[in-house]
Amino acid sequence: MAEVLVYVDHVDGAVRKPTLELLTLARRIGEPVAVALGAGAEATAAVLAEHGAVKVLTADAPEFSDYLVVPKVDALQAAYAAVSPAAVLFPSSAENKEIGARLAVRIGSGIITDATDLEAGDEGPVATQAAFAASFSVKSRVSKGTPVITVKPNSAPVEAAPAAGAVEALAVTFGALATGTKVTSRTPRESTGRPELTEAAIVVSGGRGVNGAENFHIIEALADSLGAAVGASRAAVDAGWYPHSNQVGQTGKSVSPQLYIASGISGAIQHRAGMQTSKTIVAINKDAEAPIFDLVDYGVVGDLFAVVPQLTDEIKARKG
Amino acid sequence: MSLRIVVCVKYVPDATGDRQFTEDLTVNRDDVDGLLSELDEYAVEQALQIADEADDAEITVLTVGPEDAKDALRKALSMGADKAIHVEDDDLHGSDVMATSLVLAKAIEKAGYDLVITGMASTDGTMGVLPAILAERLGVPQVTLLSEVKVEDGVVTGRRDGDSASEQLEASLPALVSVTDQSGEARYPSFKGIMAAKKKPVESWDLEELEIESDEVGLEGSWTAVDSATQRPARTAGTIVKDEGEGGKSLAEFLAGQKFI
Repeated sequence: MAEVLVYVDHVDGAVRKPTLELLTLARRIGEPVAVALGAGAEATAAVLAEHGAVKVLTADAPEFSDYLVVPKVDALQAAYAAVSPAAVLFPSSAENKEIGARLAVRIGSGIITDATDLEAGDEGPVATQAAFAASFSVKSRVSKGTPVITVKPNSAPVEAAPAAGAVEALAVTFGALATGTKVTSRTPRESTGRPELTEAAIVVSGGRGVNGAENFHIIEALADSLGAAVGASRAAVDAGWYPHSNQVGQTGKSVSPQLYIASGISGAIQHRAGMQTSKTIVAINKDAEAPIFDLVDYGVVGDLFAVVPQLTDEIKARKG
Repeated sequence: MSLRIVVCVKYVPDATGDRQFTEDLTVNRDDVDGLLSELDEYAVEQALQIADEADDAEITVLTVGPEDAKDALRKALSMGADKAIHVEDDDLHGSDVMATSLVLAKAIEKAGYDLVITGMASTDGTMGVLPAILAERLGVPQVTLLSEVKVEDGVVTGRRDGDSASEQLEASLPALVSVTDQSGEARYPSFKGIMAAKKKPVESWDLEELEIESDEVGLEGSWTAVDSATQRPARTAGTIVKDEGEGGKSLAEFLAGQKFI
């Protein structure tokens, strides 16, 4: 069976959920060979093996954290040369897409980004993507070279599928471009303790209707009652009420959780682009004409300052 | 010494219009108005600010696209860019990101540059990979997804706000920069700017001029193929209730029914 390279997203050895989802999809098109880079790479092997990795290629070097993107491309290129895979898969993120894109150029291959599904086809893997603010579903494939495909979080279930997961050290030679962009300082984002926005099963977002940074605690309280991530519309972010890293929409994050709750968000096309593929959509807005109501499974026309706290209390009561 | 800045921009269908695919599964450009991609306005703005700080700088705005794409160039010129290059060729129709980036890279090299600036993604394809691909093709450092950017003494520095950390980056010119919508509001063209833009030079190049064969681009030459594009069925109308004091409770009831609670 053909081997498929799977790039591993991990934090000091803790594998992030989208990588495990990706292993589920990778098994549909071949035998997953995982590539884990940086500090803690070897520690990823056990969980990757549980989810189907037949092999885990690891490498660590200061270059991976001291310089932007290119050292990781050099490593992927080495893995590609060692394995000759049928496809190279990445969990979609801004950085991973950049790594995949540069690798694709080097190996003379096409790239598909933000796939929401992946299946084996006669002419190689077929990817499903959402286009035009998710108003279209597009099926496409890479027609030149070895397919490089990035897959959005929440595109597949995490499934156990024990495999060997043999760890092998990957020999990486860094090219001249590897040290081109130096990371001169890094300030870690303070953890809120909430799930990561793009990975979360439930996202609770606030928009213009929240009417001030000081009111966002209402949204946060609802999110916490559900174990959800907090999102914000562009209007709320541009007004400075919530950080840009939480923005859902065309110029922010694209999410497709099981449940999306929009509060005080009208549903402009730019916002819809980032959340329209959510499985269940719920909205609370005082304007009955707001376009968000065209998308919802359940909508409440009302004042979020009354509805959201009541909802939060009710959820807490039901959860006991 | 003059700082040569090339800004890559894209002419895209208006996202608020009814965007569709054509029979050959390329973007239908006839039925929806086109415009300069909003995210590229930020790239033009940063180029203007960098040029203001430099002793001597020249901003060239570059696009690959059909005849109408000149509108995007005009907008950038009216914001203050100095000149424009339009790469137009019938054989380009249907080019994917790899094919388009090949054309852009050749055009950038032909134009001459110290700094290339792009937006973070297009508002139609929204892949966000073109900047990295261009840097790879040009063989220059990528300083991408910046919310702040500065160029001084041949060095570009900037801040990249990622998911887990905010990073300060540094690279020597020549380099490629991409900027996010957090980099600073783009200026509106003034009346004077609009009038001046009409007199600024717009060069037109075709594939032959860039020594690119027609089979390297277009639908045939692309590295990816679209098999189908299906309009998603409209969502079935959901339940909408008016809050008369019990809105939160009814919503909780719905969520419980869906097993979210």
